Amino acid sequence: MVTLNDYLIVSGILFAIGFAGVLLRRNVIIIFMALELMLNAANLSLIGFARYNVHDRLPDYNGQVLAFFIITVAAAEVTVGLAIIVALFRARQTTHVEDINTLKF
Amino acid sequence: MSPLLFWIFAAIMLVFGGMVVIHRNPVASALSLVVSFLALAALFVSLDAYFIGVIQILVYAGAVMVLFLFIIMLLDLKAELRRRPNLPAVCGGFVVIFLFIVAIAEVSFRFQGGDASFQPIAQGPQGDIWHVGMILFQRYNIALQVVGTLILVASIGVVVLSKRELK
Repeated sequence: MVTLNDYLIVSGILFAIGFAGVLLRRNVIIIFMALELMLNAANLSLIGFARYNVHDRLPDYNGQVLAFFIITVAAAEVTVGLAIIVALFRARQTTHVEDINTLKF
Repeated sequence: MSPLLFWIFAAIMLVFGGMVVIHRNPVASALSLVVSFLALAALFVSLDAYFIGVIQILVYAGAVMVLFLFIIMLLDLKAELRRRPNLPAVCGGFVVIFLFIVAIAEVSFRFQGGDASFQPIAQGPQGDIWHVGMILFQRYNIALQVVGTLILVASIGVVVLSKRELK
């Protein structure tokens, strides 16, 4: 029997993997992919809670709509972020965050 | 969905999600991310969210990942060289991640009713896409327009960013 807790724990582990990617990797594109993993972990827990709250034998569709919005905004974010990475690569010929330290204190 | 299928798809999602972080070659990372997203879509379907599962495959595994692969090949990124890791940063990262997992487990096990099985649902002949559409275009109509405007602004911004000369 699969319960809400199982989904929440799987979602939390996925979020932790994405978090580890952002903290440990030094390539901007990999950091960006890890960010997508974190957004998807949030989506999984949203859908899980939507399925958990049953009213009139229907799941709570508000959570599914919120997940839909997250997917849409994440797609827009990916396009803008990758365009910034391409512009950065043109200016500096690197995608390593350690080489981009002009604003670092 | 049977528990066996749930654990199989969860394991696929987590293993390939880990491979995204572990691989040194960006192309291998991107392909692992596609597999991870496909397994996540299967988990959405197991929660009776068919529409979100289809959107996940179309938008993420389709459009977004093609964009990622396109950029990786455009920039011609090579596999990262093995280098000495920054030890304090790695240790700090693992400590933060460990504390985060402990916090998640604590919240999950304290959560009352989280270990009950899901109640049965009856979505009717229209399926879930009808219900999602009704809520999306009625209660969240303004938000939908705002998101449409956001995507328009994002696409204009990408065109401006991609121009050869930034003024």
